[in-house]
Amino acid sequence: MPGIKLSEKAIGLIKTICSDFGNQGSELINVLHQVQGKLGYLPAEVQEVIAKELNISVAKVYGVVTFYSFFTMIPMGEHPISICMGTACYVRGAEQVLSEFKRQLKVEVGQSTPDGKFSLNCLRCVGACGLAPVVLVGEKVFGRVSPQMVKTIIAEYKEVGASEVKSA
Amino acid sequence: MEMVNLIIDHKPVVVRKGSTVLEAASGIGIDIPTLCYMKLDDMNIENKPGGCRVCVVEVKGRRNLAPACCTEASEGMEISTHTIRVVNARRTVVELILSDHPAECLICAKSGNCDLQNMANHLGIRKIHYQGEHSVYREDTSPAIIREINKCIMCRRCETMCNDVQTIGVLSAVNRGFQAVVSPAFEMNLDHSVCTYCGQCVAVCPTGALTEVDETGAVIRALSDPSKTVIVQTAPAVRAALGEEFGMPAGTLVTGKMVAALRRLGFDYVFDTDFAADLTILEEGTELLNRLSAFMAGDQQVKLPILTSCCPAWVKFFEHHFPELKDIPSTARSPQQMFGSIAKTYFADKIGVKRENLVVVSIMPCLAKKYESSRPEFSVNGNPDVDFALSTRELAHLINLSNIDFKSLQNEDFDAPMGESTGAGVIFGTTGGVIEAAVRTAYEIFTGKQLPRLDFEELRGMDGLRKATIDFNGTPINIGIAHGLGNARKLLEEIQAGTSEFHAIEIMSCPGGCIGGGGQPYHHGDSEILKKRQRAIYSEDQNKTIRKSHENPYITKLYEEFLGAPLSEKSHHLLHTKYFDRS
Repeated sequence: MPGIKLSEKAIGLIKTICSDFGNQGSELINVLHQVQGKLGYLPAEVQEVIAKELNISVAKVYGVVTFYSFFTMIPMGEHPISICMGTACYVRGAEQVLSEFKRQLKVEVGQSTPDGKFSLNCLRCVGACGLAPVVLVGEKVFGRVSPQMVKTIIAEYKEVGASEVKSA
Repeated sequence: MEMVNLIIDHKPVVVRKGSTVLEAASGIGIDIPTLCYMKLDDMNIENKPGGCRVCVVEVKGRRNLAPACCTEASEGMEISTHTIRVVNARRTVVELILSDHPAECLICAKSGNCDLQNMANHLGIRKIHYQGEHSVYREDTSPAIIREINKCIMCRRCETMCNDVQTIGVLSAVNRGFQAVVSPAFEMNLDHSVCTYCGQCVAVCPTGALTEVDETGAVIRALSDPSKTVIVQTAPAVRAALGEEFGMPAGTLVTGKMVAALRRLGFDYVFDTDFAADLTILEEGTELLNRLSAFMAGDQQVKLPILTSCCPAWVKFFEHHFPELKDIPSTARSPQQMFGSIAKTYFADKIGVKRENLVVVSIMPCLAKKYESSRPEFSVNGNPDVDFALSTRELAHLINLSNIDFKSLQNEDFDAPMGESTGAGVIFGTTGGVIEAAVRTAYEIFTGKQLPRLDFEELRGMDGLRKATIDFNGTPINIGIAHGLGNARKLLEEIQAGTSEFHAIEIMSCPGGCIGGGGQPYHHGDSEILKKRQRAIYSEDQNKTIRKSHENPYITKLYEEFLGAPLSEKSHHLLHTKYFDRS
């Protein structure tokens, strides 16, 4: 595993989140959720800090990170793209939409584009089956997505930073 | 105490509220088969993830079958443990486990000792009706333990031992569904992790997923090499358990047969680690007395309590987790390493054999001893003091392989000079034994008087944490004992916090001490076996004429001819070590 060096700032952030949850091992999932929210992903070094702060083994932390598909150890792109593969979305053509994203971005599921702009993932049901097939970019939901729309969606994010789209 | 009444297989049973159906059934002699479940009564160790579903039973009025190991007995419950529905479910469950298990029983290291194999046999499974994908995982080899995760059935016993009992936290279930495995963090190899190689995971693994590194082949090669002189040492706990491998009842002492078998195997000299245990007592005991005397003379710098250092898993534990305390344990090497060091200097000279041509094999109840013997500080110019450390189980394999009828062997004695030992050396094999041996010697040297008694019952037992105060002729010496690394951790945290009341602490990593070591015959969760082995150790001590290490005439001679005195420069060089910060 390629080692990364966490900045003092990142370590401080993780420690603050842990202490917000009382440094309780039982709050592990909440802590992981928050830390991933801030840092984008949970590399080994981050898990080690969390384990130390919550006084649980790194193996346990890694066990939880690898159990839940929500958690990722690979850095997400600036704009994480998630395609719903739940039953409703699937039968309405999510797979073709996914193929089109893979083709346009030249990445596989779980990877990020070399410029770090986009990452591609699948998820199971966001509870908007009426809008199937559903695609999430960051926190924004796109409904009734067809393969033809993929190019437009990507273009919408290509030139802008994350904060601008969020506030839009 | 609140009790509940229930009926199991038409028999009424009354149990304490909170008991499981499994416990209730076993109380009236109904043996519900289990696979992932494990309970070691005296040590408060229980593993009941309810994962394998082999222990399912029918509960009247309940739609589905209930796992007996984690279903609480309740008032008025009616249980059936072997209806056709239950038996079919059990068979299906085991067939499904087998459908993702390598069918390598013929060549598996665990064959004959495998709980899964026994269960398949018990249920009469002759065909696996489910064919499907097999999960594949790389093999992980370390200096002591091999992980063959393809054979893992996710019972998670190893996880219980590693996390709850030993508090090492190396092993955890990771990933999910079909990809789920038990693994160190980031799926790193064991030798990159903080694993202590205590081997308790191996001791409880129901299948061949966790086994020891087998070095019997290398030992056979050494024995058949005419240019080598091959000598062997046997740890105290081995003689109290080896017989079990040959169908003898637990607790049978087989010292004489073991010596005879080792001679048949072709070892040139059959020696005893107990000799080195006596030597350890002189070195470690002198160190204790020096520290105590300095402390009493008002020296503020002296480090107390002194901690024993015989157990290699314990040494690796504090090097990883308490490196700031690395000056506290005794610097004395373990008996295995003292033996190796003396064998390759003093003894090699005595018989005129070059170090490179002397092969030292040890028979240990332990897997961490394999790792210990591989530590670079215990070798000279790349030649290790101890060449191979075999487990008790590996010795049994060697004996079987060589067509030796173990049970019919006549007792034989160890060779001199490194085979002579005292009762104090023997009790090293059980929790409380090292410190009792140390007390027997330290008392007499400290007070200059003869001990009024030799049996220190207050230091014995199976409780995970024990303490006692021994009166050294007016000076009270506080002694702490821990077995199991979780218990050891508690004592270390006291030392860190400055609240430790002890002058000396004995620590052994395995529950029960070496008698329960990771290299011993499998106890399959029966803690009675450990108690029987413990009694055997104390009876060997009782039967010895000399029971104090400093009275071992061969140890006296070793100091006169070679070492000088305990803690002499030569002793420091050959018998002591230093510890490393591995955090």
